[in-house]
Amino acid sequence: MKWIWIAVIVAATTAGEVLQAMGMRRHGEIRDFRPDAIGRAMAVLAQNRFVIGSVVAMAISFFAYMGLLTIADLSFAVPATAVTYVLETVLAKYVLKEQVNWLRWAGASLVIFGVALVSL
Amino acid sequence: MSPESARLRIKTWICATVVVLSNVFGNFFMKRGMPAELPTPLAYITALFQPWVSLGVLLLILWMLSRMALLSWADLSYVLPVTSIGYVLVALAGRVLLNEQISYKRWAGIALIMAGVALVSGGSAPQTAKASAAEGGQ
Repeated sequence: MKWIWIAVIVAATTAGEVLQAMGMRRHGEIRDFRPDAIGRAMAVLAQNRFVIGSVVAMAISFFAYMGLLTIADLSFAVPATAVTYVLETVLAKYVLKEQVNWLRWAGASLVIFGVALVSL
Repeated sequence: MSPESARLRIKTWICATVVVLSNVFGNFFMKRGMPAELPTPLAYITALFQPWVSLGVLLLILWMLSRMALLSWADLSYVLPVTSIGYVLVALAGRVLLNEQISYKRWAGIALIMAGVALVSGGSAPQTAKASAAEGGQ
């Protein structure tokens, strides 16, 4: 049962974060941080399909995580969901077309093992 | 380093700092304020109005918005490893504020995360993918 929750969390988190990055990159760099400009940007983003999709996916991920924590400890949940780092880095390269050089691969790999060790 | 890439790097550092701190403190205040037992959905909703929990929720909203702003220019494959420094801060905050012991395993994890963050932040510019077409000409 735990592994079903993990599969749902990993899929929803990965989809949510990649969609969020995709939506924000399409929106373009946010340059104006005054409150009225941020309000206008939020109004535009609320109609961005990728951003809406990312919010839905992250909500699923949040509630699935709460569900997992009722039957498993954080020391199981955190390392098991760290696999999202790998999936998201792969999707960043092939879907978001980012240049993932070997330093980024190495850094992401170190972070995965580090996160697993810190929470075990 | 060109002025443009220097500008982007400084902006990335400032925004990433906001992302990490709002996440760490948001979760800390949530944990501090949440009652141990939440028997009904109504108890869950009333818990959200406890002062510490409300502050935590506000910080997590700031976290979400600052992360979206950061991703509007920075690569996901840069943001993910760099913001994982939050795990290190949580472990160190437990040690300093709550006097928790840190095991050798956790120190090893902290060292790996910091090495990973250093590799990614030192070894590549925050932005490699082309910005959206709408931005051209700015």
